[in-house]
Amino acid sequence: MADPIARRRPPRYTRYVEWVIEGLIRVCGLSAIVFILAIFVFIGKEGIGFLGTHIVGMLSSTDWNPTSTPPAFGLIALLVGTFWCVGLSLLISVPVGLASAVYLSEFAGDSRREGLKIVVELLAAIPSVVWGFIGVMILNPLLQKAGAPVGLNGLNGAIVLALMTLPLLVSLGEDALRAVPESYRQAAIAMGATKWEMVWRVLLPAARRGLLVAVLLGVGRCVGETMAVLMVTGHAARIPHSIYDPVRTLTATIAAELGEAVRGGEHYQALFALGILLFFVTFVVNLIADAAVRARKTQ
Amino acid sequence: MPTDAALPIEPLEARHRRQSVVELALAAATALAAIPALAIVAFIVYKGAPAISWAFLTEMPVSGMTKGGIQPAIVGTLWLVGVSLLFSVPVGILAGMYLSEYAGESRLSRIVDLAIVNLAGVPSIVHALFGLGAFVLFLDFGTSILSGGLTLGVMTLPVIITSTKAAMQSVPHNFRVACWNLGASRWQTIWHVVLPNALPGILTGVILQVSRAAGETAPVLFTGAAFYLPILPTTVWDQTMALSMHVFALVTQVPNVSEELKYGTALVLLGVVLCFNSFAIVLRLYLRRNRRW
Repeated sequence: MADPIARRRPPRYTRYVEWVIEGLIRVCGLSAIVFILAIFVFIGKEGIGFLGTHIVGMLSSTDWNPTSTPPAFGLIALLVGTFWCVGLSLLISVPVGLASAVYLSEFAGDSRREGLKIVVELLAAIPSVVWGFIGVMILNPLLQKAGAPVGLNGLNGAIVLALMTLPLLVSLGEDALRAVPESYRQAAIAMGATKWEMVWRVLLPAARRGLLVAVLLGVGRCVGETMAVLMVTGHAARIPHSIYDPVRTLTATIAAELGEAVRGGEHYQALFALGILLFFVTFVVNLIADAAVRARKTQ
Repeated sequence: MPTDAALPIEPLEARHRRQSVVELALAAATALAAIPALAIVAFIVYKGAPAISWAFLTEMPVSGMTKGGIQPAIVGTLWLVGVSLLFSVPVGILAGMYLSEYAGESRLSRIVDLAIVNLAGVPSIVHALFGLGAFVLFLDFGTSILSGGLTLGVMTLPVIITSTKAAMQSVPHNFRVACWNLGASRWQTIWHVVLPNALPGILTGVILQVSRAAGETAPVLFTGAAFYLPILPTTVWDQTMALSMHVFALVTQVPNVSEELKYGTALVLLGVVLCFNSFAIVLRLYLRRNRRW
């Protein structure tokens, strides 16, 4: 009689199959590293040489005019334009977003919170090109009715960016507040604090790292946002002097000009150099956010 | 000594009044975050709905896109999203599996996590540059559905990995232990026990990325989407129109497009995206309610 256990041992081919599958899993497991490196290599390959030879000129001129002769690759107006839009939008979205996060997490009842969270999630899903559409077709005419000069401008871009980032800030902020242990709240309330005193003195200090992460990721999202700002900011590479001036961002410049730049030419390389800058900025923002998350976990 | 202890305590009434004022202000902020955006969505539906008809969805655009339907844009978006899923779903699920079941708490898994966070944060236009450099030029796929789909796939990969990992990690460890005790191998346990239990959660993540891929414009701008191409694609080597690109073109590039056409196209894109998202949300709520553990 055959040994029953031996008979049930899987046939040899299934062991080979498993070996292959597990190998595949391990390879795919590293895919994120592979792609982040590949992005770095492919963008670096085209842009790093240009960045190396032109960096001083790029950072010391406001004149971005890559198709003139001689071409001008001054970055300052684009950098100012980017941070102008991002800064203005954060002025709107951070207070409103964090206040909504506090409301959702601490003041709204369960059913209202669940309902609002679904709304926030759906708003977060609206594609950036639709936000651009909204900025051009709806918001800009409204602003002009309210007295803004004719034409697309930085304010328009900032409001659109703020509306886009709000859902992200609300949901990440809410997560950060929810992560504060319930016992903190109970202790504060037991001491006789009102709910708001509890939020202000206990909850916000306890959640500050998480809230910082939310804001940082919001900044990263704004800096990298492309289609909406391309469509709504007016796209003029000049340093803005008022909120009604048109501006141009790094991302929008790449999106607008890559199609017409000659492959391998100086202009093309310059646009990849902008890509390196963007990649670098968002990389740093994400690393800081990640460090803050880890510090929070080990606390 | 903390200085707070020395503060004079305000009268209770004032503190309660402040409490109600603040609560009102916070509620107002929440309304400010949600209502304008909801109103805008409602406005797009209101303005776009008259344009929607069977003919609009199934006809070619004519007269330089100022008239006719949007069929090639819809079909093209389906192709692009399909190709992106063919790449990102298998790779993403296997990678999530690795992180949840094989990697443990090693230094390597920490680096992979960091790479995922950063990949998720890369701006979409940088993905476009990567897609152009890697797929269009280096691998020589040309400006094609394949290049555009792969670019979208790389972009959606990190979220699929993260949601797969989370879904698999939420399956209780006892399930695995029980299966191992029956003599099953690691892979058999994953295939027969962990994966079926995690599948709905994985599906939710995938559906969300379908809507994201359908809505993205920048990554396909230079890799696969054509501005105006009134024929349907037949292979992955063709260029194609895409819904998101079409919205962009109608609003900013083409003169004399009627408002109705613009709103109608935006509404179709918005509808596709929001439908997929609502589906994912419903699926998640259903799962939470019918959890078996």
